[in-house]
Amino acid sequence: MTIFFAILFSVSTLVLVAGLAMKIAQYARTPAPLKIPTTPAPLTTGGVALRLGREALLFESLFRGNKLLWLFAMVFHLGLAVVLIRHARYFESSVGPLVALVQPLAQPAGLAMVAGLALLLLRRLVIERVRYVTGPSDILMLVLLLAIGVTGMAMKCLIHTDIVMVKAFFTGLTALELRPLPNDPLLGLHLLLVCLLMIVFPFSKLLHAPGLFFSPTRNQTDNPREVRHLAPWAARLEEK
Amino acid sequence: MAAAPFDIPVLGDPAEHPVPALKPGAMAASKPYVAAEAHQQPLGFPGELTEGWEKRAIDHMGSLLSKYRSLRVFMDICVKCGACTDKCHYFLGTGDPKNMPVARADLFRSVYRRYFTPSGKIAPGLVGARDMTKDVLDEWFNYFHQCSQCRRCSVFCPQGIDTAEISMAARDIMDSIGQGQKYCNEIIGKVHKIGNNLGLPAPALLDTLEGLEEDILDETGVPVKLPIDEQGAEVLLVTPSADFFAEPHVLGLIGYAKVFHAAGVSWTLSTKASEAGNFGMFIGNYDQMRKISMRIREAARELGVKRIIFGECGHAWRVAYSFLNTLAGPWDFLDPRYPVPQHILEFTSDLIARKGIKLDKSGNDGMVLTVHDSCNVARGARMGDKPGGQFTIPRAVIAASVPKLVDMHPDTICDKTFCCGGGGGLLTDELIELRVKGASPRMEALKDVVDKQGVTHMAAMCAICKAQFTKVLPYYDFDREMVVSVHQLVSNAIVLGDND
Repeated sequence: MTIFFAILFSVSTLVLVAGLAMKIAQYARTPAPLKIPTTPAPLTTGGVALRLGREALLFESLFRGNKLLWLFAMVFHLGLAVVLIRHARYFESSVGPLVALVQPLAQPAGLAMVAGLALLLLRRLVIERVRYVTGPSDILMLVLLLAIGVTGMAMKCLIHTDIVMVKAFFTGLTALELRPLPNDPLLGLHLLLVCLLMIVFPFSKLLHAPGLFFSPTRNQTDNPREVRHLAPWAARLEEK
Repeated sequence: MAAAPFDIPVLGDPAEHPVPALKPGAMAASKPYVAAEAHQQPLGFPGELTEGWEKRAIDHMGSLLSKYRSLRVFMDICVKCGACTDKCHYFLGTGDPKNMPVARADLFRSVYRRYFTPSGKIAPGLVGARDMTKDVLDEWFNYFHQCSQCRRCSVFCPQGIDTAEISMAARDIMDSIGQGQKYCNEIIGKVHKIGNNLGLPAPALLDTLEGLEEDILDETGVPVKLPIDEQGAEVLLVTPSADFFAEPHVLGLIGYAKVFHAAGVSWTLSTKASEAGNFGMFIGNYDQMRKISMRIREAARELGVKRIIFGECGHAWRVAYSFLNTLAGPWDFLDPRYPVPQHILEFTSDLIARKGIKLDKSGNDGMVLTVHDSCNVARGARMGDKPGGQFTIPRAVIAASVPKLVDMHPDTICDKTFCCGGGGGLLTDELIELRVKGASPRMEALKDVVDKQGVTHMAAMCAICKAQFTKVLPYYDFDREMVVSVHQLVSNAIVLGDND
């Protein structure tokens, strides 16, 4: 199990990092030939940074569009954020200040994440319009995240695993050293699902996380009369 | 009520946000006429679908993906959250689930996934990926011509996905393989051949303007001019050709002329640039949009003007405000003290603020106004120097011209405004059912203020909105003359002195 996961985690990390890097590079390289911010839009770069910040942290547009969905999405994403930060303790030799800060929130955050996911799934099945636009992959993605959350919470609250060994495994892995993982089926399942998530991330709608920052309707300044905006391929048309 | 071979949506209370139940296939048969070879070839598009079009469509999709970051990013990042599902006026009016923005975009995305993503190549069923087939193409043609590119969905999308970008790309792909839309492509042909969307030749324009000058003189006793092709004028006015053609548009044109006259600013129209509209945007074709824009640059150069001002037209203002500098700039040969281009409402509102013109509200006695924010002005452009000026400036001008102005329900105005139902190249008779149904959210909000606040008229600042409302208002038991130009109100109120 130790060797299997050592290999799987290395491969998954590689796929996640390389896949995301390729996608981000692709987004960054593709020109935006026209100014298309959804107006009213900020007039300055600082204003755009604030707009993106509000979108990423507060889900501003979603709040305007659908309050209940905003609530479910917030509960899930905030829970997930805390859970992710807390998991850093398995990778760092001494626990950092941010991790220490969120440590007391671990259990409520885990619950929030699972509850948020369950509500999002329920909503997909219950609301006719949302059910119509839901495909198998949308359900599977929620189920995958839910299974990761539930197995994680089960280890946290019900069937404890040897987290000292888990930490040793991961700190060992980052130092390219093989240390044994507890032989625990629940842990195995949890880690397997996490690896799956990491592998599908760059090929799935989870790209919405980095993608938001490349969305021209949100990341452009409203200054087309003041500054001439010209994509390289459009500039070539002028040479003709 | 006008007799119609389809049901007219029942209007509810806009505060309750009525959302229809899904009616799958309700609008499956709605489609515009396919462009004939004669409409395709002047634009450089193939005349008809020929062998191997599927591959050419996919190749063109690949090319657009590499040229447009919007398309590239929007293909990947939709999470199908459904925040957009109750935002499109065509969905609200028809109940057809493929008119929900996410479902419309997925008609395109499903093909993208099949040819451009590993998951779509490996497991098409799992991620909803489809081959490009004639059935898919037909579905594209029908439903990408049920999107008016109004961008209301983009306001509420947590990822900022703008379905207009996807519908433009789909139309460009269809044009590139010979499945164009007659209405748009025929009009673009007229712009190139004659100079404007309505195909009004120069002699007809001169005749119309002369007639208008006489009308104004008869009515006011003041010799207000409507100059055209006048060398050395300070301002080139570029306005939609509908302004030369029919009411209420033409009443707006009279208003612009009176404002220029009262302000003592010399101005001219141009036969070459006798059209503000730019249908190149509707068909998502950069080359066409650029060619149409270049006419304005040429006209400005030839006439030696110092400023360019646009008349009331929604999509034209989006192209002018957001794209003109890109497409036909730089404008370094014009007077640097003024933004290029300006909107006539910026010009008039500035004059009102500086007391450069006088308005007498009694000219519009008995009228209670509301204002329809045009989608392209509201969400794709700006006026003035502050964000949201596109909402405050028209309201300031109307408020200065009429005794009473009230707003419709807050969820239907400003950047949440509903499209009139005829934008985006859909203002054609064969789509009348779609247009009437798509107007229902706006009609609902209008009825609300008519019933509760005694509104008598609705001001619009877009030629398409004005034409669409004139046509669809009677289906909802309103008078077709309820819709007025903003500058029609200015025209009624302006005090013409002897300052010339």
